[in-house]
Amino acid sequence: MCVLGLVVAHLVLACVLPLVSARSRRAGFAVAAVLPTAALIWALAHAREALTTGVSATLDWAPELGLSLSFRLDALALAMVVLVSGIGALILVYCIGYFGESSPDGTRSAALLLAFAGVMLGLVLADDLLTLYLFWELTSVTSFLLVGQSGEARENRSAAVQALLVTVFGGLVMLLGFILLGEAAGTYRISEIVALGQAGGLGGGTVTAALALILVGALTKSAQLPFHPWLPAAMAAPTPVSAYLHAASMVKAGVYLVARLSPGVADAAVWWVPVVVLGLATMAIGGWRAMAQHDLKRLLAFGTVSQLGFLMVLFGAGTRIAAISGIAMLLAHGLFKAPLFLVTGIVDHATGTRDVRKLSGLWPSMRGSAIIAAAAAASMAGLPPLLGFVGKEAGFEAFLAEDDLRGRLVTLALVAGSVFTVAYSARFLWGAFARKPGVADTPVHGPGPLLTWPAGLCALGGLVLGIANPVVDADAQSYAGAYPATSPVEAGYHLALWHGLGLPLLASAVALVLGYSLHRGWSRVGRLAGHFPRALSAQHAYEIAVGGTERVATAVTGRLQAGSVPTYLVVILVTVVALPGTAVLVGGSWPDQPIYHAPLQLPLAVLATLAALALVRVRRRFTAVLLVGVVGYGVGGLFIVDGAPDLALAQFLVETLSLVAFVFVLRRMPSRFTLERQRARTQVPKALISVVAGGMVAGTAVVLSGARQVPATTSAEFIRLAPEGAGALNVISAIIVDFRALDTVGEITVLFVAAVGVASLVLATPYDRRRRRGKESGAGSPGHEAEVIGDVAGEEPPEGSAGTALVPSEHEEVRP
Amino acid sequence: MNPLLSSPDDDGAAPSGRPTPESTPFESWDLPRTPWLLPGRCRNPRRRTLLLEVTSRALFPTILVFSVYLLCVGHYGPGGGFSAGLVAGLAFVLRYLAGGSTDPGAVVTIRPPVLMGVGLTVAVLTALAPALFGAPVLTSAKLVVPVPLLGKLEIVTSLFLDVGVYLLIVGVVLDLLRALGSGIERDMRGAGEAT
Repeated sequence: MCVLGLVVAHLVLACVLPLVSARSRRAGFAVAAVLPTAALIWALAHAREALTTGVSATLDWAPELGLSLSFRLDALALAMVVLVSGIGALILVYCIGYFGESSPDGTRSAALLLAFAGVMLGLVLADDLLTLYLFWELTSVTSFLLVGQSGEARENRSAAVQALLVTVFGGLVMLLGFILLGEAAGTYRISEIVALGQAGGLGGGTVTAALALILVGALTKSAQLPFHPWLPAAMAAPTPVSAYLHAASMVKAGVYLVARLSPGVADAAVWWVPVVVLGLATMAIGGWRAMAQHDLKRLLAFGTVSQLGFLMVLFGAGTRIAAISGIAMLLAHGLFKAPLFLVTGIVDHATGTRDVRKLSGLWPSMRGSAIIAAAAAASMAGLPPLLGFVGKEAGFEAFLAEDDLRGRLVTLALVAGSVFTVAYSARFLWGAFARKPGVADTPVHGPGPLLTWPAGLCALGGLVLGIANPVVDADAQSYAGAYPATSPVEAGYHLALWHGLGLPLLASAVALVLGYSLHRGWSRVGRLAGHFPRALSAQHAYEIAVGGTERVATAVTGRLQAGSVPTYLVVILVTVVALPGTAVLVGGSWPDQPIYHAPLQLPLAVLATLAALALVRVRRRFTAVLLVGVVGYGVGGLFIVDGAPDLALAQFLVETLSLVAFVFVLRRMPSRFTLERQRARTQVPKALISVVAGGMVAGTAVVLSGARQVPATTSAEFIRLAPEGAGALNVISAIIVDFRALDTVGEITVLFVAAVGVASLVLATPYDRRRRRGKESGAGSPGHEAEVIGDVAGEEPPEGSAGTALVPSEHEEVRP
Repeated sequence: MNPLLSSPDDDGAAPSGRPTPESTPFESWDLPRTPWLLPGRCRNPRRRTLLLEVTSRALFPTILVFSVYLLCVGHYGPGGGFSAGLVAGLAFVLRYLAGGSTDPGAVVTIRPPVLMGVGLTVAVLTALAPALFGAPVLTSAKLVVPVPLLGKLEIVTSLFLDVGVYLLIVGVVLDLLRALGSGIERDMRGAGEAT
């Protein structure tokens, strides 16, 4: 149960962290870094078990609903924990130096980053589809809050909303897929579903639909084509947040999900075709767009989009070597992209800009940062002996080993994508540190060790793991063990720096040479890139979708909310007649019942009917309200005759209260319904609708009251159980507060909301009016004037508006 | 503030001091001026209904006691939290009708939304409390409390749910009075309409 404890500890500490941050922002980040470190140590301590059997833990959440919180630490989860907790801890340390002691965002960011670390840890360890979904959405929410920051800048707000809309849209679609998959497989445990898939037990239309829906979630979260624009936009967040959420961990959730399910489902074309095709397209387009950026952060963001595409291809392909390569690249990407972001933050901190057109000549003054960036970028470009090289070699080998059309096409596309990767890696280094002709050297103030050390450690991790690649290989082999080896090449493949001269090495070399040439020649090639049709851009599509939704909502609301009570009533009544009315006419039958069974019912019924008939003829509102009261009391009387004292009591009380409420409101209304006679053209349809609706409701009541054919067993049970079960002699009370107590709690909640709503509407109006009036007439408002003059009481209340007699006035009493 | 202890203030009678027979036209001499509702101010003598005021003064506490009776008896006869709350609310409505713009807030110093919130909280806590003892939510139990002289007093825990409903309903009615009663009244004064 250690897993859940760790996740909960993150969240609890995040809640109390503001208390620490309030005293010292730096201390807040330092305290926050402790828990991810603990999580990393915990995971590494269990590494041996994780790579063999996996560490599982399950906590029943709601057993009646079959819901449980299941966690499992295995090879893939271990790799993700290294990224989430390891890099997370380093980034939190980096934040100590990054956020100023007086930064207003520091307090919130510390708590949110820690909360994010917790929910992301939960996500990668989850072994239950619904547990995973829960954490998945929580990461979207924390990302929204972190990107939005204080919400004061328009850029932050729109970026946060875009990230939230896209990822939550994907998440909801994915939830549908999860439910379909869980129901089709008969279990929500991911490990069981994958095992079932490997045994060939998953198939059919439901599973196909489920996989397509789940892919939408994975593709949106990992910013794949055509959902990618939210990721570059999210760069509005502070750099450490971008480094953590939008490079190292959160955006990998989609890749992680694909990696998690692929061993069971990668054979399905609906799974691997979109993943591989969109992944390759994303890799190419992300790389191409990265080249065109001038902001270092946006350059890295498009680079991340591109690399996520690469990871998608590796994990979605569903072969053994691709899976091995995927794990290596997953770790490599976290270890090179995070330091690149962190170095960008250092450059930003030291110079106040991250625009490549303004930065120049930083190499002599920022050698440490430049070396870190160079190591990370080399890993990104795939230079030996770094982990990026090891992973990419394995990636080429994976598809070359397939030796069929798919393998060759994918290899070609991967080489093309890698060319871009090399090119923008070079562009990043050149843009950040090189001396550019015609640009004066940027003035620099040196970064603190708290900024450089975490970045350096990350980059060093890429180098160490590149050399000590058997460590990564152990993890990757454990994950890839889910794929049976189809050939001796696959069975014997291990990650290594040297596989001998061969096609993979050639591919790497070609990518390096072409990529560097592309960077050198970008001034010529880039001119071609400038003319991308806006109509085809994904950002444009997003804006059209959101704007269109708003326009449709405005149009629909404008049509439906016409602001006329008669219109609303007509819509409601016509619906009542059309839907339930038709159902009663078709399916109901007139019951064979006596007209009355107690003589006292007759006078009461006659009284209520007469009052109802008179109601139609009256012209004064007050009389109408009184007549409605008569009808209500008459019905209450019928309840008494039928022996329902509880019901009758409630009916009388409610009737009285509504009478009072009516009278209160009537004070504000004209005493008569209409002053002039209405035209027949409007009268006749209204009368017709009213008569039909009234007759329908009355007829339905009779039909429904006779619909029960056998005595109700529930009532008998209630009566039997009430004395000892609920301790009540009054069965009505037993039903209300015991048998159906949940209903009662729900109803009083509704009542609460309704009362608050009514009070707000009524009490808010005078403020509106006062404000408007103040604008019109300046200082002395007419109402106030009237009070001063004391003219109000001079007028006699209109005859018949009985409500006014109840209302005193404080300022009329001294009139002589 | 205990309404029963507060002395009736009659600042509403006349802002310029208590009217003397000389300053009052003879047709107004016999208009009643003494406040009858306990904390309320004396309303406009031309508009007040002395009969209603005296009756309300007598009935108001009685109705409140009756409402508590209905609340407690609900388990054994007609009544229950909903009816009891409405009865108590109607007692305040009666006060309002008799005392006029005397804000019901003068009688109940607690604000209506707070009362509603307390009621809902009591109900929800009652619903959740069994979970602390390992039972499903909303389980009811019978508590037997020995009371000197009376013997054993049985309380079913669902009574607390009823108390929550009672408080909430009283709050709703008071809120209605605040919104539709004094709220509309203020609205009318603000709009300069005759009252």
